Amino acid sequence: MAIFLQNLVNALQWGSFYALIALGYSMVYSILMLFNFAHGDIFMVGAYIGVGVSMALIALASWGAVDLPNWLILVLTILFSMFLTSFVGMIVERVGYRPLRNAPRASAAITGLMIGIILETGNLALLGARRISFPSLIATATYDVGGVFVTNKKIMIVLVSLLLALALHLFVRRTKWGMAIRAMAFDVSVVPLMGVPLNGMIALTFALGSALAAAAGILFGVAYPVLDPYMGILFGWKAFVAAILGGRGSVMGATLAGFLLGFTEIFVAMIFPSTLRDLIAYSIILLILTVRPHGFFGEPYSARLRL
Amino acid sequence: MRTRSLVGVCVLVGFLTFFPSGWVQAQTIMIGINAELTGDIPKVGEGTKFAAQMWLEDVKAAGGLAVEGKKYPVKLIIEDNESKAESAVKAATKMITEDGVLVMVGPQASKQAVPAGGIANNYKTTMITPWSTNPDSTKDRPYVFRACFLDPFQGPVLANFITSEFKFTKAAVLYDVASDYPKGLAEFFKKAWEERHGKGSVVAYESFTTKDTDFSSQLTKIINSGAQVLFTPQYYNEVALIVQQAHQLGWKKPIVGSDSWGSAETVTLCGKDCYGLFFSTHYAAAGATGATKAFIDRYKAKHGYVPDDVAALTWDAMQLVQKAIQDTGGLTGDLKKDRDNVRAAMGRIKKFKGITGEMTFSGGGDPSKCAVIVRISDKGQFEFYKSACP
Repeated sequence: MAIFLQNLVNALQWGSFYALIALGYSMVYSILMLFNFAHGDIFMVGAYIGVGVSMALIALASWGAVDLPNWLILVLTILFSMFLTSFVGMIVERVGYRPLRNAPRASAAITGLMIGIILETGNLALLGARRISFPSLIATATYDVGGVFVTNKKIMIVLVSLLLALALHLFVRRTKWGMAIRAMAFDVSVVPLMGVPLNGMIALTFALGSALAAAAGILFGVAYPVLDPYMGILFGWKAFVAAILGGRGSVMGATLAGFLLGFTEIFVAMIFPSTLRDLIAYSIILLILTVRPHGFFGEPYSARLRL
Repeated sequence: MRTRSLVGVCVLVGFLTFFPSGWVQAQTIMIGINAELTGDIPKVGEGTKFAAQMWLEDVKAAGGLAVEGKKYPVKLIIEDNESKAESAVKAATKMITEDGVLVMVGPQASKQAVPAGGIANNYKTTMITPWSTNPDSTKDRPYVFRACFLDPFQGPVLANFITSEFKFTKAAVLYDVASDYPKGLAEFFKKAWEERHGKGSVVAYESFTTKDTDFSSQLTKIINSGAQVLFTPQYYNEVALIVQQAHQLGWKKPIVGSDSWGSAETVTLCGKDCYGLFFSTHYAAAGATGATKAFIDRYKAKHGYVPDDVAALTWDAMQLVQKAIQDTGGLTGDLKKDRDNVRAAMGRIKKFKGITGEMTFSGGGDPSKCAVIVRISDKGQFEFYKSACP
């Protein structure tokens, strides 16, 4: 039982990253019918921006310019990095996707892959190939709850991820801008006729997705403090699977599917030899998709997507 | 148009006047360095490059490499293999067929050295890998040498060490199934451990694949298996994550590693979590004396950090190459013949005093030498703990 609960905790943390990244995929897809394949690398860029921001804040605090406790530095790092990374997302959209908006989807997908490679190798050229360790802002506290080990970081990661997913859900459901995004997901060609700025809303979608990816990047750095320029590739692929599994364009679906992916990976490794983890885990996902090709919350192709 | 062709003629004339003087001089000895400059283990490539360049400085200061009283200028061809098997093969092929290297040093990691060794052997060019401990790198390849001990040797050494030091009987192993080095070493350790403590004494044998960052599921299994010690023959970036996550999941028992831990980055990335842990390796920087200390001091003064075992082994490999070239009894100028002579000379090297220990080649490409057990001190330094000879 303790083993099961321990793995449940492990899976909650692991799924958080998939969920946050999957949300970005899902948002963009709902409007543009396009998978932004550079998204995994935006997650990487977010993590690196997080390192930069936190180091700057630590330097500020150590000069005595401002009195910053470490937890506040972490909160500010997350917020600033989300803000900065959202611009990266918007630039990617402006440079990579907007000129191709009426081109075949394959062109845009290829562009996405290329932008991903540019971000990876650009980082490699800028910072070199050495691994960067994320500054440890909060000391790890481990709690033993009846044989199940939980750290303060794990709790924080899961809570922040859920909070961000909820915030996005409310934004999309309750605000005017959210309504515009949903309307565009329904029909992207009619909505601009109602006076909704098309380019602005698409940029907003990219900004939101990138901000969430940045948050995921920083949380990742907190839990696994070894960063490298290629860390986003595998995450990008797997979160892409989660986005499909969640039902394209569904906030709830992407979040749930992200966690489900985390659970599947962790529990497969618990039951089967760990060598076969991804093989079995992704075969299960494939089976689910065979039964529900449009995902949990997505609708079959005839109807357009919803948020 | 006319000016352009005029410029072209001038350039051509320039080339013709300056270049032949270089040709008439003694032939340049080309030495290829096939290094992991980018990719998964860039620190390994950096150490390789720095050590090789230090060697080149010495040679240049001496006015070239003296072979039978004749001084030859030396040029290093440094190629990046991106820590990928395919790129290592590409780099090896390029430096052997296009650059005409006499000897190739590297690649370092077995993942690259095993395939690149095949190329070197096919082209009958001597290759020496300073750091690859997988038997396959040199197996049935007369042209491939190494400057370190082998994985099968580290397995029993560590199993012995843990048994005699801690009196443990149950061990767990966590390794990367997609990488030659950890996979090989995990198997050798398991075999050696089970020979000592009986079948089933490796109570958890868990794996993951390259680029994984979360090991919580595997570690939970290991912690609940009743293992007394965890052996993880991983590279430095994974060591940091594995050790930290194990501690966060409540593991308080020893974690033991292999020579892949011996990078300057291990402690930087891992921090206090790694203090007090043991691993087997080629040399220990803390407490070094003589030529080893001289090398460490010089490297540190130049690059600002204590060289890791890759740098030390590369240094030894460069010295072995130098000795082999000097032992050929003169270069003929015929690259094919010279490559053969270098191979024969290297195979004859006996009792070579390297900074990582004494090496003797007695047929085959593997030297006989000793291993060192290192403890990571409470200040994060690699401290000599014990010597373990075959």
